[in-house]
Amino acid sequence: MNNTVYLDNSATTVVCDRAIEYINHALSVNYGNPSSLHVMGMQAEEELRKSRAAVAAMLSCREDEIFFTGSGTEANNTAVFGAARARRKRGNRIVTTAVEHPSVLEAVKLLEDEGFEVIRLVPDVNGKIREGDIFEAVNKDTVLVSIMLVNNETGALQPIKTARAAVTRAAAPALIHCDAVQGFGKMKISVADLGIDLLTASAHKIHGPKGVGILYKKKNVHIPAYIVGGGQESGLRSGTESVPLISGLRGAIEELPKTDEKVRAVRDYAAELFGGCGFAKINSPTDALPYIINISVPGYRSETLLHYLESKGIFVSSGSACAKGAGSYVLRAAGLSSDRVDSALRISFSRFNSKEDVDRLFSALKAAKDTLRSSK
Amino acid sequence: MKEIILIKNGELVLKGLNRRTFEDIMVKNIKRKLSGLGAFDISRAQSTIVISPKGEDFDMDEAVERVGTVFGISAYSRAAVCEKDMEHIKQVAREYLADALSGVSTFKVEAKRSDKKFPLKSPEICMEIGGVLLEAFPHLSVDVHNPQQVITVEIRDREAFIRAGQIRGAGGMPVSSAGRAAIMISGGIDSPVAAYLMARRGLELNAIHFASPPYTSPRAELKVRQLLEKVARYSGTIRLGIVPFTEIQEQIAKNCPEEYFTLIMRRMMLRIAQRLAAARSCGALITGESLGQVASQTLPALSVVDTLAEMPVLRPLIGMDKEDIIAISRKIDTFEISIQPYEDCCTVFTPKHPRTRPTVEQCEKAEQALDIEALIERAIAATEYSYID
Repeated sequence: MNNTVYLDNSATTVVCDRAIEYINHALSVNYGNPSSLHVMGMQAEEELRKSRAAVAAMLSCREDEIFFTGSGTEANNTAVFGAARARRKRGNRIVTTAVEHPSVLEAVKLLEDEGFEVIRLVPDVNGKIREGDIFEAVNKDTVLVSIMLVNNETGALQPIKTARAAVTRAAAPALIHCDAVQGFGKMKISVADLGIDLLTASAHKIHGPKGVGILYKKKNVHIPAYIVGGGQESGLRSGTESVPLISGLRGAIEELPKTDEKVRAVRDYAAELFGGCGFAKINSPTDALPYIINISVPGYRSETLLHYLESKGIFVSSGSACAKGAGSYVLRAAGLSSDRVDSALRISFSRFNSKEDVDRLFSALKAAKDTLRSSK
Repeated sequence: MKEIILIKNGELVLKGLNRRTFEDIMVKNIKRKLSGLGAFDISRAQSTIVISPKGEDFDMDEAVERVGTVFGISAYSRAAVCEKDMEHIKQVAREYLADALSGVSTFKVEAKRSDKKFPLKSPEICMEIGGVLLEAFPHLSVDVHNPQQVITVEIRDREAFIRAGQIRGAGGMPVSSAGRAAIMISGGIDSPVAAYLMARRGLELNAIHFASPPYTSPRAELKVRQLLEKVARYSGTIRLGIVPFTEIQEQIAKNCPEEYFTLIMRRMMLRIAQRLAAARSCGALITGESLGQVASQTLPALSVVDTLAEMPVLRPLIGMDKEDIIAISRKIDTFEISIQPYEDCCTVFTPKHPRTRPTVEQCEKAEQALDIEALIERAIAATEYSYID
């Protein structure tokens, strides 16, 4: 479509040119298996090493602390199951939030069935977890704290550093995991500064390809492998690495802008338009990551608005793309009225969006309001 | 060894002088279903149709699978062809039946002798072949009352066939032998089942779907296509018309009393559907309605819609329970598609308290403010067609 306005960048992003170039090269020229002993294997291994270095630089960590997986979901599963199982003899409590991605929530639910005690912290109306709640939840029995860096529906930044303080104060044997899928490549992240042991990221949210997840695991922290086999990725994740896709991730990282100025300007413009229009309400906190703005148009169903917008070539989300159709559990957990939850749209930006895109979205939503039948 | 497919007609045999016509249609349907699987001959003898592959590359497994979806067939089986010579028949029996007999412990042999000049009589054929099989497969014993496997030897005019059991066919009447009708399909569980049941009674299918974007999702349309693909395995190609219905929904919501929304919507759908159907020489409409299932399927609600009908509205599910309908939808593999959670009719247009005992006069009064003819014409003009097979 020629006139497409893509505003669903937290679901996935268009793959940038350099990523495609690197992928093609690894598919057609440098196609060896990194585990092979010969020179072609060595060249493929070198590709992986360069990508690992690029990711490590993004997180201010060591190269050997980076492991590639098949998806963000797989990295989250590996971290959550791994941490709980590695430390189960030392305690029984898991602290997480009610607004994590399903790949954390569902994993934690299985652990609960296995006998772990799970504390799920509920955010305030802005979608943020309260620091006091974290201190209260973490006790000396806690083996895992898993809190996301940026909420995928509202863009709210979570107080990750507090987790380390709480674990230290309680003298808990806990590992700290941070799902940073929505923040990686969009804000400065230093794993040492955050005080975390495990972190998850993904390539396709930053104009890399689908099919690459990233797991950071702090040196000397040990968790069992989730997928076993040929011992790739230092035994933590077996299976031949997808060298082309991992190279594509490096291409995407190299293309990342130095600052988020452009996106921030677009978001601020959107916040101004929607904040002042009278028919919409903004559900994201003001200090949220500028890549996401969540709004509600009370009186209209999210899905209807979404399909109306798509008929005008504008693509947004009615919650997270992983939970098609269902009303947002995140906004509900944040205590928003059902009128706001049922009419919520997640607008998510990339560096390729402009103020004109926001203008088109705004006038289309205004037109929707005038033509569509409202729900009672 | 040459293998063929033997097909027994179902109700066709009852049709007297029309039989030939029905059989012709069925043979045509079989030919169409098997096209692309390799070259084959198709011939007829008494109430049997014989499909014989012309070469090695004919995909026998797929052909048998597809024969199972042809309406009008009561039973079918694979069979080996032999010369009409007892020694050859015995030799083929030993080789061909090894698989079929390996998993059973009892069997019996039946013989059918349409060539009365064959030197052995039926009981003698049974005895001899039974003896050979007992010798070749020592784990077997004969049980004439409750055999686990029935072996049939048929002595025909030119050759003999050997087969192990037979499979129940799809039944019913050959598609298009009863004419053509249009199914109003929503995307739910019921309408594909209704379409299947009427195709089984010999109807060729057209389909009509009403779409109300943006209140309905593009995925709902995709779902309808996937459902029709499943039905088309039985019915053959289906012509689908997608009618844009948003304007009509909005006009109803704007101009009519709320408790009549659904009834007026269904009256509009019927008006449009029968016009589209008539234009394609359809003799009837088909719906998936089941009495009392929802407010719009009560007797009074059905009758205020039917009063507009200028052709029969066939409702094969009208007396069926949901459980029965679901059982058929599982059988034809549409259930899992039907339950995907995409709204096919947005709740924005659903009245909180629908009329369950409406009268025609009330409906006519309620839709007075609509320019019915203009709305219908616009919807029909913008209807988009495609073929599903």
